[in-house]
Amino acid sequence: MSNLVEVRNLKIEARTDSGRLVEIIKGVSLDIAEGEIVALIGESGSGKTTVALSLMGHARPGCRITGGEINVNGKNMAAFSEKERARLRGTDIAYVPQSAAASFNPSSTIMEQVIEVTRIHKLMPPEQARQRAIELFRALSLPDPEGIGARYPHQVSGGQLQRLAAAMALIGDPKLMIFDEPTTALDVTTQIDVLKAFKSVMRAGGIAGVYVSHDLAVVAQIADRIVVLKGGEVQETGTTADILSAAQHPYTRELLAAFEPKPRQIQATGDSAANPLLRVNNLTAGYGPVKPDRQPVVRAVDSVSLVVEKGRNLGIIGESGCGKSTLARAIAGIHPAAAGDIVFDGKDLQRAAGKRSREQLREMQIVFQYADTALNPAKAVEDIISRPLVFYHGLDRQARSKRVDELLDMVRLPKTLRYRHPSELSGGQKQRVNFARALAADPKLIICDEITSALDTVVASAVIELLKDLQRELGLSYIFISHDLSVVETICDQIMVMYNGERVEQITPDKLKAPSHPYSKLLFSSVPKLDPTWLDGLVRDPELVSQYGHR
Amino acid sequence: MTSRVLNLVLKRLGIAAITLLIVLFAVFFATSMLPGDTASMLLGQAATPEAVAGLREAMHLNDPAILRFLRWLLGLLHGDLGTSYANEMPIATLIGGRLVNTMKLAGITALLSVPLALTLGITAAMLRGSVYDRTVTILSIGLISVPEFMVATLAVLLFAVYLKWLPALSSVNEAHSLTDLVRIYAMPVITLTFVISAQMIRMTRAAVIETLSTPYVEMALLKGASRIRMVMRHALPNALGPIVNAVALSLSYLVGGVIIVETIFNYPGIAKLMVDAVATRDLPLIQSCAMIFCLGYLLLITTADIIAIVSNPRLR
Repeated sequence: MSNLVEVRNLKIEARTDSGRLVEIIKGVSLDIAEGEIVALIGESGSGKTTVALSLMGHARPGCRITGGEINVNGKNMAAFSEKERARLRGTDIAYVPQSAAASFNPSSTIMEQVIEVTRIHKLMPPEQARQRAIELFRALSLPDPEGIGARYPHQVSGGQLQRLAAAMALIGDPKLMIFDEPTTALDVTTQIDVLKAFKSVMRAGGIAGVYVSHDLAVVAQIADRIVVLKGGEVQETGTTADILSAAQHPYTRELLAAFEPKPRQIQATGDSAANPLLRVNNLTAGYGPVKPDRQPVVRAVDSVSLVVEKGRNLGIIGESGCGKSTLARAIAGIHPAAAGDIVFDGKDLQRAAGKRSREQLREMQIVFQYADTALNPAKAVEDIISRPLVFYHGLDRQARSKRVDELLDMVRLPKTLRYRHPSELSGGQKQRVNFARALAADPKLIICDEITSALDTVVASAVIELLKDLQRELGLSYIFISHDLSVVETICDQIMVMYNGERVEQITPDKLKAPSHPYSKLLFSSVPKLDPTWLDGLVRDPELVSQYGHR
Repeated sequence: MTSRVLNLVLKRLGIAAITLLIVLFAVFFATSMLPGDTASMLLGQAATPEAVAGLREAMHLNDPAILRFLRWLLGLLHGDLGTSYANEMPIATLIGGRLVNTMKLAGITALLSVPLALTLGITAAMLRGSVYDRTVTILSIGLISVPEFMVATLAVLLFAVYLKWLPALSSVNEAHSLTDLVRIYAMPVITLTFVISAQMIRMTRAAVIETLSTPYVEMALLKGASRIRMVMRHALPNALGPIVNAVALSLSYLVGGVIIVETIFNYPGIAKLMVDAVATRDLPLIQSCAMIFCLGYLLLITTADIIAIVSNPRLR
């Protein structure tokens, strides 16, 4: 056997809620050589995580490995008993989870969990394991390597937890590491540190890896080879350079195309500048009790001002916790601002949505990130979309039904979908229904709060195209909130950068190459590029990183 | 323990104290709304209106309710529960022995049922979907559905009437040896265990299953941990809050809700005392019993909440 991993004709079945058996992995074969890092990429539901977990002989509850061979280090995991598999987990093959924050037991210290593998497999005495863990913390450039182990998971940041999870995987000296989207939940500036740390320890130890991701740019930095999966089947395999430059399969090309920047054409400016649609002056919003000076204790948004012109789009970009969602909620009145003015279409708006007139509410709509939670699972699509039609327009049954058809048509969904429930729709379809509901009110301004973040690259770029089309047809304005610069870039006329509750800079997309504020510089330079040499060649100003990259 | 935990615990105790005051208020006014007049009840049908009026005056029954409440509260603070209307005995003496009996029964039942229920709940969660799990589930749901008087009566029928192994009545005072004690307590304890275990089994199983499906338990699995390690080290510590609450709720039943069992086995506990007190319009006695039930309930729930606060690692 020449390769470390040889998977042959792997088949995995899943049992659906209704008890039906579905083959979710339909005969996948792949090889990984010693010390090689192979990326599994594909959209959600393509089976990439399922394949990766099967290398450890694990199938999530409801799934079952039904056929094929999974040879890891000469042992066929598929044929092993659960006990034999457990002996190899953590020692031969280790796992780095998608969300380290959820994968650490909240009631036990980090050190205890990092060295648990050595306890389970009786690899070394605890004292020696602790020393080894501290060495690993140092190698992964974690702050305070001596003391960090004594903390509990909630006392450590997300980026650090992700590296601690890698330390937890490395302690058993594995031959193969499985990374399951380990940086998806991180901000771009943090992602770089984590990727760099991963890459250097993998290279130093000559460890083979499987890197599961949907982000081609991230994969380009770390993988030697790429396997493209779709619908439980391998679409294409090749070296990273080959896939990026000469992809054969149409699906791979589609993935790559979603990365191509499609800058928005600047439209002719009318008289709108003199007469903005929305003007926000010195808005402050926050959480916690209100202090005597009428300011909240925790200020999430700190005197932010912005202007949205008619028919134009404003992008708001920043990392998690910078206050961008609070700003959106404050503008919409869901979370009333503590101070500041909101002038909409020439009229002053009350800070709380409850005090605004129905007409004012109608003209400004908000669309939330998670369509899953924003749509009532017990209602059919037509009921969901009809609700604003009754509330704002008082349409009767017949008119409503006609309008629902029109709205579904607008968001490019087939009319037959109206009788379905949200659980019967795909992620992209749900987000379209979510958007159609906002459109039903006939708004002038739609606030989009990270509406593409939960979607796959290809689906997200289709939603963005839809938004652009609708804007052309209906003359809408958008406030587009995202942490993803490439998305904002393609749809917005103005981009506002937020940091720590404050607005640090506002620029136009054509000037993105040369931001003036240091934080914008750091943020924009941290967005991964498809070029495989990008990460190694990246030089960041250490002063900037220490000032802003605190997570 | 940090000051934050201490703060939360103190806050919780404060809430408990306020709740107690509200409960005392409710108990007092609920009992004074019971139909019938105490004075005429005590004196019987032959009493003259003058005698009834005199007695009412002597017992301060004509005073405004709020005054009587404050007087009662003041007495409680001094440890004076008042005097029984029915037989002129201090309430404390009447309740004393009965309370000890109830606590004995509750204690033995708790000692037996809590470990049993937790073991069954945890093992059922570990072997989820197996024949064992389904058997435990069916039996515990079955037991929730069967009323306790049914269980108690069937137990008497089987063990006392047909098999003649155990006495049908549990007269504590006739216990002279350990075997006697076991024979006396066997049936009430088994009946109560049946009643309260079902809930605990269900809740424990649900809480453990919930934590077993978390990513950190999957992580433990992928580290090569055994099933027992996954449950004991990773799932159980995080399921403690809901489990302790379920246990406290079930145990609180042992203080006030045992009336049926006490009556069937003629066990001289406090619940039976209270029902007798209602029959004789013995207001101070009813109030004191109700207060003890509420106090027991409050004590258990507060303890459960405090355990949940202290065991929450995020507050450490």
